[in-house]
Amino acid sequence: MNVQASSDGESQVDYTHSPWLDPSATPFIQIKNINKQFGAFTAVNDVSLDIYKGELFALLGGSGCGKTTLLRMLAGFETPTSGSIIIDGVDMNGIPPYERPVNMMFQSYALFPHMSVHKNIAYGLKREGVAKAERTQRTNEILEMVELEEFAKRKPHQLSGGQRQRVALARALIKRPKVLLLDEPLAALDKRLREQTQFELMNIQEKLGITFVVVTHDQEEAMTLATRIAVMDKGDFEQIGTPAQIYENPRSRFIASFIGSANLLDCAVTKRDGDFYSVSQPGVDQPIVVEYDGELAVGANVTLAVRPEKIHVEKRSVANSSVAQGSNQLNGVVKEMAYLGRLSTYHIVTDSGVLIEVTSPNQSRYRDGNHPIDWDDEVTISFAPQSAVLLTE
Amino acid sequence: MNQKKSKFLISCMIFGYAFLYVPIFLLILYSFNYSPLLPVWGGFSTRWYSRLLESPEVWDATLLSLKIAFISATVATVFGTLAGLALARVGQFRGKTVFTGMISAPLVMPEVITGLSLLLFFITLWQLTGWPQQRGMFTITIAHITFAMAYVAVIIQSRLAGTNRALEEAAMDLGAKPLRVLTDITIPMLAPGMMAGWLLAFTLSLDDLIIASFVSGPGSTTLPMMIYSRIRLGLKPDINALATILIVSVAIGVFIAGWIMLRQQKQRALLANE
Amino acid sequence: MAASDQLTGPWYARITGAIHRNLTSLIVGIPFFWLLLFFLVPFFIVLKLSFAESIIASPPFTSLLDWSKGGFPEIAINTENYLYLIEDDLYTKTFLNSLKIASICTIICLLIGYPMAYGIVRTQGTWRYIFLLLIILPFWTSFLLRVYAWMGILADQGTVNDILLYLGLIDKPIKLLYKPIAVYIGIVYTYLPFMILPLYANMEKLDSSLREAAMDLGANPVSTFFTVTLPMTLPGIIAGSLLVFIPATGEFVVPDLLGGGNVLMIGRLLSSEFNANHDWPVASAIAVVLLIVLVVPMMLYHKVQAAEASN
Repeated sequence: MNVQASSDGESQVDYTHSPWLDPSATPFIQIKNINKQFGAFTAVNDVSLDIYKGELFALLGGSGCGKTTLLRMLAGFETPTSGSIIIDGVDMNGIPPYERPVNMMFQSYALFPHMSVHKNIAYGLKREGVAKAERTQRTNEILEMVELEEFAKRKPHQLSGGQRQRVALARALIKRPKVLLLDEPLAALDKRLREQTQFELMNIQEKLGITFVVVTHDQEEAMTLATRIAVMDKGDFEQIGTPAQIYENPRSRFIASFIGSANLLDCAVTKRDGDFYSVSQPGVDQPIVVEYDGELAVGANVTLAVRPEKIHVEKRSVANSSVAQGSNQLNGVVKEMAYLGRLSTYHIVTDSGVLIEVTSPNQSRYRDGNHPIDWDDEVTISFAPQSAVLLTE
Repeated sequence: MNQKKSKFLISCMIFGYAFLYVPIFLLILYSFNYSPLLPVWGGFSTRWYSRLLESPEVWDATLLSLKIAFISATVATVFGTLAGLALARVGQFRGKTVFTGMISAPLVMPEVITGLSLLLFFITLWQLTGWPQQRGMFTITIAHITFAMAYVAVIIQSRLAGTNRALEEAAMDLGAKPLRVLTDITIPMLAPGMMAGWLLAFTLSLDDLIIASFVSGPGSTTLPMMIYSRIRLGLKPDINALATILIVSVAIGVFIAGWIMLRQQKQRALLANE
Repeated sequence: MAASDQLTGPWYARITGAIHRNLTSLIVGIPFFWLLLFFLVPFFIVLKLSFAESIIASPPFTSLLDWSKGGFPEIAINTENYLYLIEDDLYTKTFLNSLKIASICTIICLLIGYPMAYGIVRTQGTWRYIFLLLIILPFWTSFLLRVYAWMGILADQGTVNDILLYLGLIDKPIKLLYKPIAVYIGIVYTYLPFMILPLYANMEKLDSSLREAAMDLGANPVSTFFTVTLPMTLPGIIAGSLLVFIPATGEFVVPDLLGGGNVLMIGRLLSSEFNANHDWPVASAIAVVLLIVLVVPMMLYHKVQAAEASN
């Protein structure tokens, strides 16, 4: 969001990259109180969501959280038990999949095995009744875009995994749908190809300006791709927000531990000083100071969450020098460590007996193979009041 | 596994295959026996083959059986495919339990019961409506469709259970209406299964003796009925000749089909390894 | 098909429209109606006839629905046929004998078929495929002719007697054909593939690492077989056994051709009541009782199949 000073002195906000903040924008996809029951099982539990035009929206969650069911309701393969879905102002209720302005890229790609690449991609246009000449032309255009011109005559089983993925994408895009639904679009690719394809996907989305809704179980994928993420659990939205919001301001213990990892400590509020709260674990004297902009009463039970990379670790012997003023400081001993190359992970047990996970980038090169911080070293860990969050849920 | 077990397994397999195939080889061998007294070897001859091929009775029965088998296999494949689709693709519908039962029952039903019940049905129908006036090719065909479609349905159902439902959803997502999905995606996907179903239905019809005997009428003798009426009274060398022709042609057919399938499998395995 | 869509007239559009709207009903309705008419209704007719009275006429039974007394049909239920089946011990004996023959043949098929299926699964590559084809082949060849093959082998001057005479083990032919042993051999022979195929299908899916794990944990081959392989192949054993037992109980051709009327089996008795004695009601009653006897194994088979399918 860019705030620009306009000539008449009023500040004007450019919402191009964050339409969900624009109070005057109308949502492109409106999911209103959607509920889906399979017998006695509630797959999606009364959820509502607005997605704006041009967004790349990710539905993130573990298996069985209801994300795929929600996607399938958008596509029309499942009928909501109650609630409504509105796409570009049209209520989708009762509209069959073959008449919806959405297309889907399937997790298994679902390429028709008996048709060539060209026929697979042209299939949607053929069903739409587009004349043959135009069909061929548009198919060739999109084949060029996904760089598969020379594979047009091949059958799907003669393609590699990455090529199949691009055919599936081309086939879903050719009808220029209002919304493209992607079910685990990268899950079948290996890690290297996945990273490369993520960026290709983002480029295509930007170029065509189509609204994407992606279902994924991979939080890194969601964070790389998405403008906003809805984290789902047990049929409910746990939190909706930009990747940074979700990572830095998790709403609950579930989010804090599901997205990335976090040290979660059960604490009680002992003192308040403006936005600075002192909290301490039961039986532990030393309070921890956290900056928090909500209202909490003294004595309230909260969870302190602090991410491993936001904690600084130093050997006790060299400590005290570089620790910033006002930081929380704890002494402990390294019980476990893992050298991962670009960073190392430490499991440190503090003097009060709490296990804290810390990751630290390996900035200098340890040529003799000896790690500066090793098993059983006495260390001091520290983090700023702004680095931790307090969770009430 | 230790050596002893392997020897045991090998001897079991030798015994088993010998048990299955020695009678067939003997059957073929005796078709070339000159002597009309069947088990007594009287020198090599092909005279039973010429006698067989000269018999108009055999030709009539073969032709009738082929006609019935062709029609009933074709209709049974259509109905069986629909039934398989109903079982695997249509969710819940009223009477699904009855339907499932009616599909699976003919597979294990003793043929005497099926034959008896269909005959009584045709007679009752005739009493009530005056139709069918004569039992024969038509009634046999109906009976064969009824039990063969169950086999086709089971083949189709298992094929559908193994296929990716997403293909049909993808077609629908791209704008294909249900009938289009059926003709563009489902039927091509099921083609090998339907082919197998048709062949099975064809063979079942060609082999059936009991049901056909119950529901046929005067003048319509199928090949198994003709064979049965001859061998009831003892061994007939011309039947050995007929058996040889039938078994050898089926064996060639099965092995060609098997070879083609094996080659396809190997090709697919090769592609998957690429 | 854009071009052809534009070319079609309204009548065509109307028909395809109707098909589109009713596709599901057509898919279910056509086979349902056919089976209802030609499978279920015939059974009710058999059931009805089994309660009818036998008369000498054509057709030889009384109608259950008697319309003669005014507008209301009177149902004349007659349990005489069933009482007759109980009173005449020929029928009870035949039923018991059929069940005995079917059970013994099932066990023999299992004893021959199990090691064969195991052997096929343990074979690798193309040979496994050929072995399997050799089991499937009899399915496609005439059942009748395969039974006929045994008539030549078991006859007084047949192959078996020839060999035994040649070896000097006997000095005059022994009677095999038209004896119970011929029926046992014939049934085992015809139904052996029905035992092997379900067993093979089941064993093929069996994870060989389970057997290796058992051996790794100290089980010897024999105890591995009894504690791991046998329990894991139980569904195959049940399916195969039922596929042999059910049709063998109602078998007609084998007792007729190889037993020659000396071996009592219910399928043959039903057929002779119907064709020779023209006692249709008694034949129907036999069919109903046979069905009742077989309904439990049939449902068991259905359950095993459903369980396998859902796996």
